[in-house]
Amino acid sequence: MTRAFQGEELARFIQRRFPDAELEWDGDSLWIEPQRVREVARFLKEEPQLEFNFLNAVSAVDYIEYFEVLYHLTSFEHNHSAVVKTRVYGRENPSVPSVVEVWPGADFQEREVWDLMGVAFEGHPNLKRIMLWEGFPGHPLRRDFEDVIEY
Amino acid sequence: MPIRTEPVTINIGPQHPSTHGVLRLRVTFDGEVIVDVEPIFGYLHRGSEKLAEERNYVQVLTLTDRLDYVASMTNNQAYCLAVEKLMGVEVPERAQYLRVMTAELQRMASHLVAAGFLLQDLGALATPLMYCFRFREKILDLFEMLCGARITVSYMRPGGVFADAPEDFWPALDRLMGEAPELLGELEQLLMENEIVLVRTKNVGVLPLDTAIAYSISGPVLRASGLPWDWRKADPYDVYDRMQFDIPIGDRGDNYDRFRVRIEEVKQSMRIVSQCIEQMPPGPIRTELPFVLRPPAGAEAYGRVEAPKGELGFYMVSDGSIAPYRCKIRSPSLINLTVLKELLVGWKLADMIVTLGSIDINMGEVDR
Repeated sequence: MTRAFQGEELARFIQRRFPDAELEWDGDSLWIEPQRVREVARFLKEEPQLEFNFLNAVSAVDYIEYFEVLYHLTSFEHNHSAVVKTRVYGRENPSVPSVVEVWPGADFQEREVWDLMGVAFEGHPNLKRIMLWEGFPGHPLRRDFEDVIEY
Repeated sequence: MPIRTEPVTINIGPQHPSTHGVLRLRVTFDGEVIVDVEPIFGYLHRGSEKLAEERNYVQVLTLTDRLDYVASMTNNQAYCLAVEKLMGVEVPERAQYLRVMTAELQRMASHLVAAGFLLQDLGALATPLMYCFRFREKILDLFEMLCGARITVSYMRPGGVFADAPEDFWPALDRLMGEAPELLGELEQLLMENEIVLVRTKNVGVLPLDTAIAYSISGPVLRASGLPWDWRKADPYDVYDRMQFDIPIGDRGDNYDRFRVRIEEVKQSMRIVSQCIEQMPPGPIRTELPFVLRPPAGAEAYGRVEAPKGELGFYMVSDGSIAPYRCKIRSPSLINLTVLKELLVGWKLADMIVTLGSIDINMGEVDR
C-alpha cells in the first residue's frame, strides 16, 4: 500500500530545512507559500528520506477568494505519497513558480492550468495555451467564467 | 560548390492516419532526421472538467466514458473510486470482483487496439489489426451482454456496478477464456518473431528509466523502461490485493519493449479474469445510495487506477451540492506525450510514426 504522508509529518521535514517557512496543514494536505514552491519542490525530490521523484499531477481549484494549486507526489523508492498545496491570491495576475526544472513532467500540466484556470507559472519554458486557441477570451475553468461565444 | 541545405518544418496532422486521432505535430526536419517536435492539441477539447461542474455525480460518469473511449471501464472505475472516497462509501465484494473482471477485460481490449495499430503504423496493413480486432470484438460482445453498450459502457456506478451479469454471460465468458490463449497465440506467432517488426522496433525510440520518471510517465511505457511499478500492486484498489499476477517489464525501453509489455500484460489480465471467475462471491452488487449524491462540503479525494495507458486519476472537490465543485482529470495520454520530443529528436520520420504508436495515446483523453 502506498503510504500517504500526513501534512504535519511532512511539515516537520520542511521546517528543518526552511525554518522560516510559513506552513499550514490539515489531514494529508500541506500548504506552503507560493513563492517557495520551487525550492520546496527541489527539497522534496532530493531529500533521501522523502525522494518524491514522481509528480502525479498538477491541479488548480478556483475558490473565488484564492486559487489553490496542488501537487500530488509519489516516491517510487519508498512507495509513499503526499499532497502539497499553495494558495494564490488575486484574480488579475495570479502566478506561481514553475516546477518544470524539478519535474519536467509538469510541462504540459502547467500549460493546461494556465490555459483553463489562468494561473501563470513563472519560469516555464513555453507557457502558452494548450487546449484552446491563442486569443481565446478568458480562462473557462474559473468559476466566474461566462461563455462569450455567440452561436 | 556545396549544396545549400536548411531545416524544413512540416505539419503532421491533425487529420493523419498515423496520429491516432486529431493530434497535430509540428516537426522540423534536417533532411530526414527530426530536430524538433511540437505536439499541438485541443482539436477534441470538449471541456469535460467544466461540464462535470454542471452535472450531478452520477451524470458525470457518462462523461468519463468519453475520455479514453477505447477503455471506458477503467475510466468509470477511477471516477467511482474518487466519488466513493469523497463520500466514504463501501463497495460490496461482488461488485468489486465484477469491476476488476471488467477492467481487466477492458485492458485486454485496449492493449489489443494499441498493438494492432502499432503494426498498422509499421506497414502491416489490415491483417494483424484484424487479428487484434477479432479478439477485441468478442470482449465488446461481453460488455454488450453486461450493460447494453460496447464502447461507452457506463457500467460502474458510485457504490458498485449498474447491474449484475445476466445468466448467459458466464458461459460466454468461459468460452472466450477458452479461446483467448489461441487467439493471442496466433497473433504472437505472426508478429513477435517477425523480422520486419524486430528491425523497425528494436533499439528505436529508447526511453531511459530516469527520463521516464522525471517526465511523469506511467503505465506500460514506464514499465517497458524497466521499473516494475503498477498501481494495481503498489496501491491495490478494489480486490486487486487478492489477485495473483506478475508485472511484465522491458529491459531497454525501446519500441519493441513497449509492444511486448502490452502483449504480456494481456496474458496477465487473462490470469486475473480467470481468478475473478473462480472467486466470484454471491451477494449484492451495489450499495444503496440516495438518487442524488451530496458528498460533505469541503471534502476532497484523489482516486486513481492503473488504466491501460497509465495512471488515470480524478481529483474531486465537493462543496456539499449535487454537482462536483471541481473534477480534475489526470490523463495518462497527455502526460505521456510530454516526453515525445525527448524520444523523437535524432530519429527519422518513419521511426516517429512507430514511436508515437508505441506510446499508445488516445486523443479523447489527451484533449478531454
